Amino acid sequence: MSLDTVSQAGLLSPQRRAFFGQAALSATAIALLAGTQGALASKAFAAGGDMAGDVSILNTALGLEHEAIAAYELGAKSGLLKGGVLDVAVLFQSHHKGHRDALIGTIGKLGGKAVGAKSLDDYAKALNAGSLKSDKDILMLAQRLERGAANAYIGVIPAFADRDLAQVSARLAADETMHWAILTNALGQALPKEPLSFGA
Amino acid sequence: MTQSLPVILAATLIMGAATSASAADAKKGQTLWESRCTGCHSLDEDRIGPRHRGVVGRKAGSIQGFAYSDAVKKAGFIWDSVKLDAWLTNPQALLPGQRMNFRVAKPEDRADIIAYLASLSPSNPAKP
Repeated sequence: MSLDTVSQAGLLSPQRRAFFGQAALSATAIALLAGTQGALASKAFAAGGDMAGDVSILNTALGLEHEAIAAYELGAKSGLLKGGVLDVAVLFQSHHKGHRDALIGTIGKLGGKAVGAKSLDDYAKALNAGSLKSDKDILMLAQRLERGAANAYIGVIPAFADRDLAQVSARLAADETMHWAILTNALGQALPKEPLSFGA
Repeated sequence: MTQSLPVILAATLIMGAATSASAADAKKGQTLWESRCTGCHSLDEDRIGPRHRGVVGRKAGSIQGFAYSDAVKKAGFIWDSVKLDAWLTNPQALLPGQRMNFRVAKPEDRADIIAYLASLSPSNPAKP
């Protein structure tokens, strides 16, 4: 189910759908910002420094999303992923592109400047892509990045001045955790035996 | 010789921090670091955040080519266990305007992570 479908299925109230329908954000951004945009517009002017801090956090998150998109791009272009695994990788990359678009939209709405992506070569170097020799290597890299991203999103929640944005961070963490769980299963690894394994 | 109470208290706090760091578990710290820090950091490559190998004992904001925030560039201190503990507790409180914002709530987790990072410092070649 796409986020468009989710939105149309009623997770956004009719009033919110109408309100967000006028905004120049992508459908994904609209869904992500559900319940926050109206408040953000006024808070951006009222909160000053606090909102600047929130923009900074969102830009760090955007950096994570740029890197994740690049990681899946490197995996897809490697020729090492085939069939259903490649399909899932492309799906996960599309989630990250949705996150990216939503974050860019939110940062812009708050009056900030969104950080840009680096070159694919830069990401390849930073992620040591030259060491990836098999589909398992790629899945393990993706698994590590997804876990790190989930924990990063959890770890910044207390720092948000705007609690609505903190909730957005939790939603992003949930997506990354979903990816991690699928990748862990694909790698044949056991799930954590203990509860509360993320953010810990 | 007499010492003022604030000086004695400060010395006690520093000694306490050192004791806590020495009692920390670098191996557990490695596990925590891999779980919590690798979303943005690597040991030897700059990513969302700067590389971590050698951070203990490094001047803040000193890796050439990494795009630090102005707050970190102007920090002017050396990363040690006390500064890192404050940073991981609440980076914005230590350096307002920084860009990390990630917090580690439990003191024992911070101590373990710092112990791991210290083990990677050139001045402390022990590897966990």
